[in-house]
Amino acid sequence: MKIEISNLQFTYPTGVQALRGITLAIDSGEQVAIVGQNGAGKTTLVKHLNGLLGPTSGYVRIGDWDTKKQSVAKLARRVGYVFQNPDEQLFSKNVGTEVAFGPKNLGYTGEQVQSLVNDALAMTELSEKTETNPYDLSAAWRKMVALASVIAMDTPIVVFDEPTTGQDAATIARIANVIKVLRERGKTVITITHDIDFCAENFERVIALSQGQVLLDGKANDVFGQDEILATTYVDPPQLTRLGKRLGFKNTVRNQDEFLAALKV
Amino acid sequence: MAIVDLTNVTYKYPLTDSPALQNINLQVNEGEFVAVIGPNGAGKSTLCYAIAGFVPHFFKGEITGTVEAAGIESSKSSLHEWVLNVGLAFQNPFNQISGAKYTVFEELAFGLENIGVPRDEMIARVEDAMKLTGISDLADRSPYSLSGGQQQRVALTSILVMQPKVLVLDEPTSQMDPIGTREVFGVIRTMAEKGMTVILAEHKVEWIAEFADRVIALHDGKILLEGKPQEALTSDLLLGKGFGVSRYTSVARKAKELGLWKKEKLPITLDEAVEGFARALTPGPFAKHPDGAPTGRGE
Repeated sequence: MKIEISNLQFTYPTGVQALRGITLAIDSGEQVAIVGQNGAGKTTLVKHLNGLLGPTSGYVRIGDWDTKKQSVAKLARRVGYVFQNPDEQLFSKNVGTEVAFGPKNLGYTGEQVQSLVNDALAMTELSEKTETNPYDLSAAWRKMVALASVIAMDTPIVVFDEPTTGQDAATIARIANVIKVLRERGKTVITITHDIDFCAENFERVIALSQGQVLLDGKANDVFGQDEILATTYVDPPQLTRLGKRLGFKNTVRNQDEFLAALKV
Repeated sequence: MAIVDLTNVTYKYPLTDSPALQNINLQVNEGEFVAVIGPNGAGKSTLCYAIAGFVPHFFKGEITGTVEAAGIESSKSSLHEWVLNVGLAFQNPFNQISGAKYTVFEELAFGLENIGVPRDEMIARVEDAMKLTGISDLADRSPYSLSGGQQQRVALTSILVMQPKVLVLDEPTSQMDPIGTREVFGVIRTMAEKGMTVILAEHKVEWIAEFADRVIALHDGKILLEGKPQEALTSDLLLGKGFGVSRYTSVARKAKELGLWKKEKLPITLDEAVEGFARALTPGPFAKHPDGAPTGRGE
């Protein structure tokens, strides 16, 4: 399902102009990371995808739907959104009902709901925790519950807002695996992140935002190679990109395999 | 001399069976910058709370052993005495913002008001602290209208303005952009150089490597190892236990297996990685086998 954003502008009621003319197209099945400094408009942008915010001017289309003409409830069939803070999203008495809430509301049959829930719980390694109250879990596991509850809705587009914030290496690896499975299933995955090394290892396309506008948009290596432009939106290239550059590698590298391959040349 | 001294500290939260901290012994010297690393659930936040007096004064629970800061023992002091010496910035800034103030400026003055600092001095201290952390332009905004990263800067500033002897920080940059993170680490380093003692729980290994004096690795509520960043962060003891490792260290570890990293020590910083890999790349005096044959690129 294609996403089309055309000359999107958004001004908050307080007068803060958060988006200043964004034009983007994201194809079905793409894996896109959005990076940029605090206050660049990243969260404001993705909240337009599921209708939590509506454009001040310009438009956002999800497939053939103009988001301004659809309800948030209807858009939830096409776009799943995982909040930055899981505590803003979880409310059920146990993990199983929490994860079932989304697909139930989309009108799936009991059997379908059960199979979607089981699948989402398996993907997030929560199958053993279905009876647990989400608030008895650690923050890291609550994050996985938030992911599962959106994955279970089986939407063609999934948006993660800073999924790795404050997470340890094991949880980040679990999240990377979820993204990999979604990619294999042909889902569109859009992730906001400040963790640029995570971004380098899991995304093919990177969009850098700055002050409500698109600063860079392209293949990850092309974007990461432009360190001076990235610095204007407070982003450093990934560690191994910086290392490759300092060592005088001809091409931009972004992960361990690319780095070692370049080193052996 | 140790300004923070934990002796045989074991602590259980109320209604839990297993201790969150087990037999912790830790001395931190005045002006030292100590980073605490560990996977989720290792006890990093609990250790921060114990040093900051929140454990047990606020969270209750059972504590044995002693926690001392600036010569006072935690169990023999009250929380309001304790906070004059030890300041804590929470992991989630939202939990820290008072909710009683309309602007960032007033929020930052809140602690000073409560300890009775004169008005002129209060204003000067708030202005200085805002300059230090680069938030002067946020002075008139509501603390709740800020982004996560901006809120974290406010939370950190509201502790710095109190000028505590010991600064305890629980993942203070988790929501900040990368260069913002580096700036804040720079500010923390400067405070340590001015004599403030810093204890920081953190996942961002790259910046610990760059800025901290010492690393404490926690695992299952116990100290697994401690040492200088270079030794601690490259230790094989951390492998397979959920500790974060810098990409410089992990790529060099892999390169070592492939014979492409020639040094004994693994790197933790960009400069160390550049220096080590340059040897493998440039045929020259550094890149020779013991028998004198040049190695490296082009062979």
